Amino acid sequence: MAGHEHNEHSIGFYVVILFALLALTGLTVGAALVNLHAWNPVVALAIASIKAMLVVLFFMHVKGASEKMTKVVIFSGIFFLLLLLGLTMADYGTRLWT
Amino acid sequence: MHTNAATTEHNPALRHHFADMTQQKNSASLGMWLFLVTEIMFFGGMFCAYLIYRLAYFNDFGAASTSLSLKLGTINTIVLLLSSLTVVLAVNAAQRGKQKLLFFYLIATIVLGCTFLGIKAVEYHDKFVEHHVPGPDFHFVAEHPEGHSEQAPVNQQHAQMFFSLYFVMTGMHAIHMIIGVGLFSGLAYQAWKGRYDRNYNTPVENAGLYWHFVDVVWIYLFPLLYLISRHH
Repeated sequence: MAGHEHNEHSIGFYVVILFALLALTGLTVGAALVNLHAWNPVVALAIASIKAMLVVLFFMHVKGASEKMTKVVIFSGIFFLLLLLGLTMADYGTRLWT
Repeated sequence: MHTNAATTEHNPALRHHFADMTQQKNSASLGMWLFLVTEIMFFGGMFCAYLIYRLAYFNDFGAASTSLSLKLGTINTIVLLLSSLTVVLAVNAAQRGKQKLLFFYLIATIVLGCTFLGIKAVEYHDKFVEHHVPGPDFHFVAEHPEGHSEQAPVNQQHAQMFFSLYFVMTGMHAIHMIIGVGLFSGLAYQAWKGRYDRNYNTPVENAGLYWHFVDVVWIYLFPLLYLISRHH
């Protein structure tokens, strides 16, 4: 009975992740107030993705998860989301007649 | 009669179609992740609609976005991130078999979740007062910052599209939060009765996954709705 997983971190570790998330929130608000031209949405989405990754890997314990299929499921989810967004943009982005 | 009990250590929470507690936990976790993938696609459709109209009505979306309260949006982001910490600490407490600590963190999560919903309600109220809710009474006038008074007037239809997406996306998110608060209330009740211990805490872990997922949705909603046009 290997009941205890290796995904148990110390409370201090979780607090560090929280502070990283709060710092990134401050950073994204700060970056939004500065005119970076075309880079504003890129920076905003990059920071959001880093925050999402921190939550998924450490708060949702995907890093070090004992069930390996979990990662396959997550990647398939992200893949189909990008397929949805990518192919939709390939369509709308090339409608020269509208 | 008693010989098997010593060798198999049958946990009362173990369902008979699983070999052991680890297999049961892994199966439940995988099932939860499969559910979350359907949730990704559910919210993905709305994000896709947002993306299409954001690019089509670029300036009108920017103008409409600035009418949202940056202060309340940021506070809510912080509240939600804090709630994610209390959730992960609840899971941690459950895994270590600390039942009182588990109960405390579950209640803290419920309080933070309700705080988020309360602030969201204030924001919605402001939008109703300002006639920014799509419908016959919709009326949007852009606030021009100094030096930008000669901008083209905002297209009312396009601004309505922004607020339609705003209410649908934050509304679906808020419904998920309400369900989350309900789930955590159930967990708190069970935790109070001492249902979860070191060997059995799967409901806490899976509800935690759900809560974190809802948090991740907000992590993307916040910049896309509140931050797109704050620089001048």
